[in-house]
Amino acid sequence: MALLEAKHVTKHFGGLTAVNDVSLTIEAGSIVSVIGPNGAGKTTFFNVLTGIYKPTKGTIIFDGKDITGLRPDQITALGICRTFQNIRLFNAMTVLENVLVGMHTRLHAGLWQILFGTPSVRAEERASLERARELLRFVNLDHQRNQLARNLPYGDQRRLEIARALASSPKLILLDEPTAGMNPQETAEATDLIRRLRDELGITVVLIEHDMRVVMTISERITVLDYGTKIAEGLPEEIRSNPRVIEAYLGKGAAAHGVERVEG
Amino acid sequence: MAADNRQVDQPTSLWAQLRATAGRGPAPYVLILAYAAIVSALLLLNPTTGLGTDMVVVLFLLLMLVIYRAPTMLAFKLTLGTILLAVVMPVFGVLNPFYIDVVTKAGMFAALALGLNVVVGFAGLLDLGYVAFFAVGAYLWGIFSTPQISNIVPGMEPLHGSWFWLFLAIGLAVGAFFGVLLGLPVLRLRGDYLAIVTLGLGEVIRVLATNLDRPINITNGAQGIKDIGRPPLFVEPVFQALGITISQVQEYRLYFYFLVLLVLALTVFVVHRLNDSRIGRAWTAIREDETAAIAMGIPLVRMKLLAFAVGASFAGTMGVIFSALQTFINPPTFDLLRSIGILSMVILGGMGSIPGTMLGAVIVTLLDLQLLPRIASELAALQRRGVPIPSWFDPAQYQRLLFGLLLIIMMIFRPEGLLPEDRRRQELHHDEPAPAPESKKVASVAESAQSAEG
Repeated sequence: MALLEAKHVTKHFGGLTAVNDVSLTIEAGSIVSVIGPNGAGKTTFFNVLTGIYKPTKGTIIFDGKDITGLRPDQITALGICRTFQNIRLFNAMTVLENVLVGMHTRLHAGLWQILFGTPSVRAEERASLERARELLRFVNLDHQRNQLARNLPYGDQRRLEIARALASSPKLILLDEPTAGMNPQETAEATDLIRRLRDELGITVVLIEHDMRVVMTISERITVLDYGTKIAEGLPEEIRSNPRVIEAYLGKGAAAHGVERVEG
Repeated sequence: MAADNRQVDQPTSLWAQLRATAGRGPAPYVLILAYAAIVSALLLLNPTTGLGTDMVVVLFLLLMLVIYRAPTMLAFKLTLGTILLAVVMPVFGVLNPFYIDVVTKAGMFAALALGLNVVVGFAGLLDLGYVAFFAVGAYLWGIFSTPQISNIVPGMEPLHGSWFWLFLAIGLAVGAFFGVLLGLPVLRLRGDYLAIVTLGLGEVIRVLATNLDRPINITNGAQGIKDIGRPPLFVEPVFQALGITISQVQEYRLYFYFLVLLVLALTVFVVHRLNDSRIGRAWTAIREDETAAIAMGIPLVRMKLLAFAVGASFAGTMGVIFSALQTFINPPTFDLLRSIGILSMVILGGMGSIPGTMLGAVIVTLLDLQLLPRIASELAALQRRGVPIPSWFDPAQYQRLLFGLLLIIMMIFRPEGLLPEDRRRQELHHDEPAPAPESKKVASVAESAQSAEG
């Protein structure tokens, strides 16, 4: 079953076409990668999916609902959440608070209930604390929960971003370069974590990634963007040997020689 | 908490040792009670107006802070605080009316500063036109309780003072409404742009107050509104029963003192509840990173407007109280300097911190209304006795200069404010080595090493 269907999505910024007529179907329970050279429109595509940008043309169907043009918070409430390419944690909040903010759409306490401190609000706060710690244990950060987010080491910050995204109980999580800047050990751990998102929590994963080893090991399908246009889509092996992809990454000469060095 | 524990473990200096001893067992109770007894005795036994009593009043207000920070039981803090504020201060107020007026004003500004703190400190929206909402509340009661109202609604009589109660609530609602109204056009703005536009909107309200005397006389223009109604007193029977004779003027003093105290307590309660909720967390998230906050599902428009509305609502209610207390309002009362004054209270005390904001309000109000004029009059007395002080030197005239200097010094040495919110303190000093996490870091390294082996 398709969880997300993007149909002919186009995004113009003035004269620049950042995303051009991209259609993409993501099956529920899959791990899918979107790759492409720098400036190919991958992050813009994510921003369109999460509602930060409204698409110029095209429709996005998520879980059977048309979400085109909805506000980001409405889309998050429906079950899409994301991480950022450049980590964007709430630096001056603690690790635990960061996760609690992510839970915003799942909490229901209204202004008056909060002011009167009704039992339902207190129960909700207790439950959300419990859930937040559960998520922190899942990404192995519970022992750091009272640290300020900014004081965490880089790898921990990446994992906290994932925990914060998980707090909104998403059906689909979009990871924007989750292993950027990591050493091989950290990359291996992150790859493992991404797999656990799907295997243990049943969340569909879409990731933007530059590390081809990561892409080729965990992706079930790969979509390749170049200059805002989808140039290829398929299984990892197909992408690896696709001449247009090799051309996009390494130039025409490499494609002609059939070099299989995309992995580098 | 963590810091205190460390000091108990290994007292490093004499000060730390003293602190550790004073914070253990029954010591804090005894010390605080002694402090409270001495200050109360000084106030009640010698209630003359003068520099000495000024200092005792400062010590009295400092005592509130000490009680708040002391490592004692909550019940003890609440009981002592209530006795001091609800018994000692009013009795002192009957003996010497000057100081209770100052304390009432300080409480009023503390509530205003707390409201502004919601907008600036919690949600990070720099609002330079905050006094506009105060003005709206003040003019609301000012117009409805005086013959001004018959200019707007022909044939309508000024409302009786007993409507005041209802207008406290109406002031709240109207303040919130204006908060949303002025918040709407600035939703897309951040930082400096937001500050400039809110400054402009604040001035718009003041200019409206100045010019809305034509074609229909709504605000009575630059002359302001006088003889604003006061609520009827209902405490007389209590005093009669106690056998105390008290003038109506003094009764009103106590009345407004308690009213301001009550509204302030309510404000603290509301702000505290909100800050500890999903709404408060959403505000902090917006302050930290708007884009990330949106992506995490926070409805930006609703949360920003809520911050503006909550902040403005307190100002609206305080405006109603202010106009009834002063019985006279005019546009210059609500100028830009007043907004900046309230903002400097927030900054001085510590943005985002509830006790800090209140401390800032008390310090600024005391300096403004009590200490600077007092120093001026003391200097004048010295001058008369022949001490060569130039006649043009009047400290009260240098008030703005002094605040400016104070703020600059604060920004250099303690940018987070006198009593910062815990989080913010760490935020501004993040380049300094963090004290706590060392042991945890070692633990996590050990853990990851283990997991790598396993």
